[in-house]
Amino acid sequence: MAAESGKIDPMHQFEVTPLGGGFNLGGHEVLFTNSALWMVIAAVVLGLFMWGGMRRQLVPGRWQAAVEGFTGFISNMMMANIGTEGRKYTPYVFSLFMFILFCNLLGMLPLGVLGLHPFTVTSHIAITGVLALLSFSIVLVVGFWRHGLHFFSLFVPHGTPLPMIPFIAVIEFISFMIRPFSLGLRLFVAMTAGHVLLKVLSGFVINGFNAENAIIGSVVSLLSFTLMIGISALELLVAGIQAYVFALLTSLYINDAVNLH
Amino acid sequence: MPQIAQLTADNWYLASQLFWLLVVFAGIYVVIGRGMLPKIEATVDARDRKVADDLAAAKAAHAAADTLDESYRQQGDASRAAAQKAVADAKDKAAKDAEKRLAKVDAELGEKLAAAEADVSAARSSAMAEIESVAAEAASELVAKLSGVKVAAADAKSAVKAVLHG
Repeated sequence: MAAESGKIDPMHQFEVTPLGGGFNLGGHEVLFTNSALWMVIAAVVLGLFMWGGMRRQLVPGRWQAAVEGFTGFISNMMMANIGTEGRKYTPYVFSLFMFILFCNLLGMLPLGVLGLHPFTVTSHIAITGVLALLSFSIVLVVGFWRHGLHFFSLFVPHGTPLPMIPFIAVIEFISFMIRPFSLGLRLFVAMTAGHVLLKVLSGFVINGFNAENAIIGSVVSLLSFTLMIGISALELLVAGIQAYVFALLTSLYINDAVNLH
Repeated sequence: MPQIAQLTADNWYLASQLFWLLVVFAGIYVVIGRGMLPKIEATVDARDRKVADDLAAAKAAHAAADTLDESYRQQGDASRAAAQKAVADAKDKAAKDAEKRLAKVDAELGEKLAAAEADVSAARSSAMAEIESVAAEAASELVAKLSGVKVAAADAKSAVKAVLHG
């Protein structure tokens, strides 16, 4: 219905449009885009959120408790997955988690009501792919820096029978190399799918009310709107879970690099 | 899908995305991850340490209170035992005193009784002797009045004695 009307394109929300401020960087034109704007907004909101929790009181207020809840969540995860050495990587994983979480949540804001267009930064494979590659590079750098060529023993799990080693090593190597793609794709696909679904349903709501048969159209609209409410709640959950999964997998991969098997 | 269409078609897309992502994420990492996070973690650690210290102090105070309580209890037990002993001693002593005094009084009474008995027996024997002589006189007078026979005083006495003593 949405596609038929030609007015509501569920993919339009993902289009990056320049807002101006272009300059040339090594032969590439760099523009300030709506994507960049929402990244900056996420960073500013995140900065304000963290700043509110910096009062450093012995007995925390609500805001400080909320911020400490997030930091404690990530540092406990790092401690549980990596051990005491994980503290070194907590700043990176925390930044990653909070950036993805805030981008996910800000993209869910119902600003369309006000005529604005929220943009979900994490629904772009260019963004999630780079973040995944960043995590993967850290794993490689840490792994080779700490263990040297011994890092390749990651591909031979403990207790593998000798004749199985060539096959297992190949499989392990492939699964290792797939990590950055699965890491980046998971977030990109989850965000894109959720926003497409919401946009399609909102198209149903609008086109239902505009339909020639007012009764059936209204029923469709109301049902779609009810479904949208539920799916919006689900998307909020997905926004949190995807950020968590990204941070969790990053911490597990770093654990591989730090502790091998 | 604009995410992939733009990736391949537009020259500015990838460069802009990468540039701003790196700028923003580096900013977050430096300012928040490296700047704010350690301070918040330090606050949390300090609080955890304070709570652990306070808990340990409370535990120590509890143990001290327990030992104090125990020593008080022992002291109480000891003083109670001492008090009981004193009471028992006093009772014992009092009983002994009472016994001694009783014995003394008993002895005095016995002496008095014996003296009184002696007096009584003396009085009785003197009374008896008097009775004998009176009875002998009366008997000899009676005999003289009735028969006119004079009875020697000694005879009368022995006869009365025989009658009186069976």
